[in-house]
Amino acid sequence: MRWLRKNIIGIIAILVLIYLFIPIAIIIVLSFNKPEGKFNISWNEFSLDAWTNLCGVPGVCSSFVTSIQIGLVSTLIATLLGSMIAFGLVRYRFRGRSTTNLLIFLPMATPEVVMGASLLALFLNLRFPLGMGTVMVAHIMFIISFVVVTVKARLQGLDPRLEEAARDLYASPRATFRYVTFPLVLPGILGAALLGFSLSFDDFIISFFNAGTLVTFPIFIWGAAQRGIPVQVNALASLVFIIALLIVLGAQYANHRRRRALEAPLPSPVLVDRMSRS
Amino acid sequence: MVAVVPGTTGKASPPAVTQRRSRTGYLLLFPGLAWLGVFFAIPFVTLFFTSLQQDVPGKSGKYTAGLQFSNYSEALAEYWPQFLRSFIYAGIATLLALMIAYPLAYFIAFRAGRWRSLMLVLVIAPSFASFLLRTYAWRTILSDEGPITSTLDALHLLPDGRVLNTGIAVVAGLTYNFLPFMILPLYAALEKIDPRLIEAASDLYASPQTAFRKVTWPLSMPGVVAGTLLTFIPAAGDYINAELLGSTKDRMIGNVIQTNFIEFRDYPTASALSFVLMAAILVLVFTYIRRAGTEDLV
Repeated sequence: MRWLRKNIIGIIAILVLIYLFIPIAIIIVLSFNKPEGKFNISWNEFSLDAWTNLCGVPGVCSSFVTSIQIGLVSTLIATLLGSMIAFGLVRYRFRGRSTTNLLIFLPMATPEVVMGASLLALFLNLRFPLGMGTVMVAHIMFIISFVVVTVKARLQGLDPRLEEAARDLYASPRATFRYVTFPLVLPGILGAALLGFSLSFDDFIISFFNAGTLVTFPIFIWGAAQRGIPVQVNALASLVFIIALLIVLGAQYANHRRRRALEAPLPSPVLVDRMSRS
Repeated sequence: MVAVVPGTTGKASPPAVTQRRSRTGYLLLFPGLAWLGVFFAIPFVTLFFTSLQQDVPGKSGKYTAGLQFSNYSEALAEYWPQFLRSFIYAGIATLLALMIAYPLAYFIAFRAGRWRSLMLVLVIAPSFASFLLRTYAWRTILSDEGPITSTLDALHLLPDGRVLNTGIAVVAGLTYNFLPFMILPLYAALEKIDPRLIEAASDLYASPQTAFRKVTWPLSMPGVVAGTLLTFIPAAGDYINAELLGSTKDRMIGNVIQTNFIEFRDYPTASALSFVLMAAILVLVFTYIRRAGTEDLV
């Protein structure tokens, strides 16, 4: 009983984590299902059909590829624009700071349906043809803010003494940026890009408003939901989930190892040596 | 942290790097802010004008520029139940999410030790699987033959005898889907609390309950407010859960906006509803900013 009282929070925490993964487990399990009828919602019979024939249903793979293309282009542009804003915010003083903060925050606080509708209103008024271009424009718009937040947090977490040390050693501002600041911020930028890609790849609402006849992977799923989602969709989604999880866990592991190396008690000359060599 | 210099604290906040004022700052900010201005801010202006368009007499489905404010009153008169339902569903889901998220965030912040970063990854990981499929998976979990529905039904807790295609399923889906948006801000706030403050409370003979009520909970308030906002807003605007898990009686305002905009092409009504939803949410955001300022927003 005392044991239970002492560990109750830990038990609840683990139960909540399990709860978070129940739907994931169902998605993965049902990717090995051979559904009875057209709706793949209850277990019937084990089958590898979907995994051996991932593109077996018309439209699945083309929509998947479309989503990857949109995700890559949007992430690239949004990461560049967002990282620039983050540097500007942390390192420079400028007029209109609170308006800027608000303009960055609001896209994260606006319901997607409102953003989708208002952007569609703009495109309709301009008679701009809907398609991959408009979806990319929309995705870049809503990813930028998330990039700013992620990169800004990393920049603010930097130890200012590292850059001071570089300057004290007569590194030019450019060399300081290139050899000290940028490598230290890079994990934050890569993390932001990963987040941006996953947001873009998974976005349904804003894409649906601005896609016209273009079919992204989530739009394909939405359309299929009415008449039964093909098992291939579960297989592809499981694949994406596993790849993303491996990337993040790999990054965690690398980070953990690097931090352990850094936390070892080093005399400061070693730090100087590290910096001059990198 | 490498080689702690005497007289300085380990953490580097606020930034000791001097902020410069130069043209470079503006050049860094301009492209991204311009993008947000053109594709986020300006669309609200077009949305507003679209919401005031007039019908063209004799041609249904055609609209011209106008100042027809009655679009708003008509849209609200017709769709206030969906508005109300959205706020009620999102409110319940937010409250449930807070209750579910707090113990986990607390555990990660204070007790997880070296498992902390792994647990944070596990909180985010479910988002890597498709939102639509995760929502759809709740059809399996809550299905009429499933263990949850039969248990609840045996206890006579279900008025309709089922969970799926009722408001309960929609709220369950919303709670699940937006839970990470509650966990992460809560964790961020709890993690900032100096555990010595809680120790001090118990040294002064506060019971664990009192220490929590008087120290931990008030100090975690910024996280509670931020998490509430970040969960409530997307939940109130969501229509995926209502569409996939509810029946036509459980439609939320997002469903109405989507069908009016894309299927009926009734742009003025859909725009007016979007505008009202956004206004309601801006009220929430500005109430929050008055308390906390803009610097911690991003």
